[in-house]
Amino acid sequence: MNQTFRPGCERSATIRERGQHEVFCGLTSIIWLHRKVQDAFFLIVGSRTCAHLMQSAAGVMIFSEPRFATAIMEERDLAGMADMHDELDGVVEKLLARRPDIKMLVLVGSCPSEVIKFDLGKAAERLNRHYAPKHRVICYSGSGIETTFTQGEENFLAALVRDEPDAGKSQDSAKLVVAGCLPDVVEDQFQRLFKDLGIDGVHFLPGRTSAAMPKIDRSTRFVLAQPYLGAAAQALESRGASRINAIFPLGEEGTTAWLKAIADAFEVSEERFETVTAPARKRAWAALSHYRHLLSGKRVFLFPDSQLEPSLARFLAREIGAQIVEVGSPYLHREHVAGELALLPPGVALSEGQDVDRQIDRCRAADPDLIVCGMGLANPFEAEGRLTKWSIEFAFTPIQGYEQAGDLAELFARPLVRRNALSGKPATEEGASCS
Amino acid sequence: MQLSMWTYEGPPHVGAMRIAASMEGLHYVLHAPQGDTYADLLFTMIERRPSRPPVTYTTFQARDLGASTADVFKSACHDAVERFQPEALLVGASCTAELLQDDPGGLAKTLELDIPVVPLELPSYQKKENWGASETFYRLVRAFAGNRQRSETIQPNSCNILGPTSLGFRNRDDIREISGLLRENGLDVRIVAPLGARPADLARLPEAAFNIVLYPEIAETAARWLQKAHNMPFVSTVPIGVEATQRFIGEARALAGLEETPLTGVETDRLSWYSKSIDSNYLTGKRVFIFGDATHAIAAARIASRELGFKVCGLGTYMREFARDVRAAAQAYNVEPLITDDHLQVEEAILEARPELVLGTQMERHIAKRLRVPCAVISAPVHVQDFPARYSPQMGFEGANVIFDSWVHPLMMGLEEHLLSMFRDDFEFNDDAAASHLHAHSPAQADTPVKAVVPDASTAQDTAISLSEAPSLWTDEAERELKKVPFFVRGKARRNTETFAADNGIHPITVETLYDAKAHFAR
Repeated sequence: MNQTFRPGCERSATIRERGQHEVFCGLTSIIWLHRKVQDAFFLIVGSRTCAHLMQSAAGVMIFSEPRFATAIMEERDLAGMADMHDELDGVVEKLLARRPDIKMLVLVGSCPSEVIKFDLGKAAERLNRHYAPKHRVICYSGSGIETTFTQGEENFLAALVRDEPDAGKSQDSAKLVVAGCLPDVVEDQFQRLFKDLGIDGVHFLPGRTSAAMPKIDRSTRFVLAQPYLGAAAQALESRGASRINAIFPLGEEGTTAWLKAIADAFEVSEERFETVTAPARKRAWAALSHYRHLLSGKRVFLFPDSQLEPSLARFLAREIGAQIVEVGSPYLHREHVAGELALLPPGVALSEGQDVDRQIDRCRAADPDLIVCGMGLANPFEAEGRLTKWSIEFAFTPIQGYEQAGDLAELFARPLVRRNALSGKPATEEGASCS
Repeated sequence: MQLSMWTYEGPPHVGAMRIAASMEGLHYVLHAPQGDTYADLLFTMIERRPSRPPVTYTTFQARDLGASTADVFKSACHDAVERFQPEALLVGASCTAELLQDDPGGLAKTLELDIPVVPLELPSYQKKENWGASETFYRLVRAFAGNRQRSETIQPNSCNILGPTSLGFRNRDDIREISGLLRENGLDVRIVAPLGARPADLARLPEAAFNIVLYPEIAETAARWLQKAHNMPFVSTVPIGVEATQRFIGEARALAGLEETPLTGVETDRLSWYSKSIDSNYLTGKRVFIFGDATHAIAAARIASRELGFKVCGLGTYMREFARDVRAAAQAYNVEPLITDDHLQVEEAILEARPELVLGTQMERHIAKRLRVPCAVISAPVHVQDFPARYSPQMGFEGANVIFDSWVHPLMMGLEEHLLSMFRDDFEFNDDAAASHLHAHSPAQADTPVKAVVPDASTAQDTAISLSEAPSLWTDEAERELKKVPFFVRGKARRNTETFAADNGIHPITVETLYDAKAHFAR
């Protein structure tokens, strides 16, 4: 089932696998999407498995009433004893009565709803007729048969962009759209840098509220802040916006390259770019230096998870001197990650898709110093005496931008620091604490 | 279609996974799309299992739907057997695969594997996790013990323990406690299943004289079948609490014909003495709300009421399969049974019942935390902290000791209450200073965001759970007088007074009303 091929532009062969994927489905991205867009509610139309996945993956048992829920399909829905559209209307009515503060209801398709070809678009249209403009209703699919983990966000953003035409006609069109969820603190930092660079009319997608949707047209440029946004980029392009090509803002180098691509597109002078970014670049290097000695020369194996893996590997290799054994990604958007792949050192194995058992075999054989993997694999690897880093933290922790470059390195360093602490080795340098 | 924000139980295939993960030498091939592998982390993260659960997911994708998902299943099945070399194979479908109707059982048969294959039919859109676990265990027992002949000579004191599983609440420690207790009392414990058993062990189940069902949610169906097929009786008393443990050992000894020898183990019971000691006077009549799986909820109500002297003010379960048992128990405590898997309904019932202690699942822990009511977890579903590093059973005499500690510690203890009232006028002592022992268990102030329905956090102890009072109900003078009541009983004083005022049409509440109510409610 494995095939190896070597497209012209790539430096290393890609291992393409299909077997057991130990990766979340697209529904899981709701965990950060619902925190980001605070007046939106995500209603999964799915099964008990979907509901169980959400609470297990997020550890969301902490919140007894989060802004997401599942409309669980039951036997009578599938047997045709009940009309599923009527049933869904009933669920939505109940939900909106309970949460009248919700401005945007997002219907999210799942594996079972896709397999039975339940038409969510039709449902959204009907519900919109009833509830808009008080509650706007949109839909997208986060099903595991079509999407992995972060691709749920991609489909959500694409749906947001497609839905927008009626909104915001009076406002000026956005000059720059930064697409991809970023933590608020990172957005604020970037916003300050854009201001200092003299770039205005910047909008982040998604916005912090459902109404904060920018107007997008031919005068709009957009840049991706995350590597997994193929469909969202397409949707933006179909509205006339043009993409600024860049690697992703992870680490000092990534952040600088990303900002530089934007600055060049807006014709910011070299001097100004240098003046604005120099202090932050210096800080980023200072922060990274605390961790470089811990990670330098260490051999790292990345299992597929969030599609951030090529960017993480590039950061590890080029900014803190780690050796990369294998970079797995559930899916590679060839065009969007071309820049990242080009920066990877020669000899790095790249894998797309997954056959988890074979990948574990490869990993054991390579015996790396650090394994970046999901929660289903981490403890079993630790029990074998191997060091791991949970990959889900890269999706939940602010890691983009200059001020987070050190934090990103610290996430990788923490397991090594901990092993030293537990094995009685001398205390590591200041800054490597695990607070 | 059911609106669900939080579920007490996962889908039935997760129940099957729990059985597969409990046993050795068994592998489960699950026809499922990408994403369903999330269930692995229940085992590796929540239970800190050091190995991956023995499950292979076929991971079919949209593009396979047009072609053949059946082929995807077959190759996954073939590869799993080759790689893991199990002694037996479970095959089944998750919710999405069920819609494809690929028939994993039939497909596995075409592979002509040289190991037993047990096909599972778990209707995902009707049933839930515990049912799935019970059905899977039953199917396995039937498959392996079905064609066995029972021997003529069976040791009368031999028994099996049925029901403990991976992810079960304290099952790991319960087995150790109960096996030890049974052995001390002259019983010969043969097979413990499913936890730690191999498929071949299931074939040996009929070699014992009788079965012990520790967790009816998982093992009652299998035990009933063994009774019917092999004429094996079973003990169904669940040994949670001192009284139930004594009854349990008595029943097991009676089945084994060991009534003559003296019962041992009871000397390790400390609950009974602690509960009699004068410090525990303060536990009398504490209102306790109980919700969980049927077995643990019913046992908790019995212990709360008969062994600790609490008052049961609410009792319920999320398991409709056992609703009848919980209804019967609720009747005995004169409370309305709550049978629901909607946590919002449970929250409402807790608000309504105004308990001083909540005993529940992980979910009730969060509800209680938000309402600032002390709480202890008594039942699955649970989180990582409910798999403690220390030995911490719920069953047997040591289990009863553990229960005393974990239910009583979140509450104010007697001696401490006494000292608090002595020092309450001291300037260094104020209502916001919680008792020293409470930090580990009691809700910290401003620990979680509080919804608007919850009163001002600064008076948390005072107004915990008392949500109705509008300030205008009380005169200023009466409010001041109320402040003189020690804060740990102030909530109750406020509640009682308001009930008294409402019943007697008194408005506003004066100092006089406060003392009238005190006299009225005097015990």
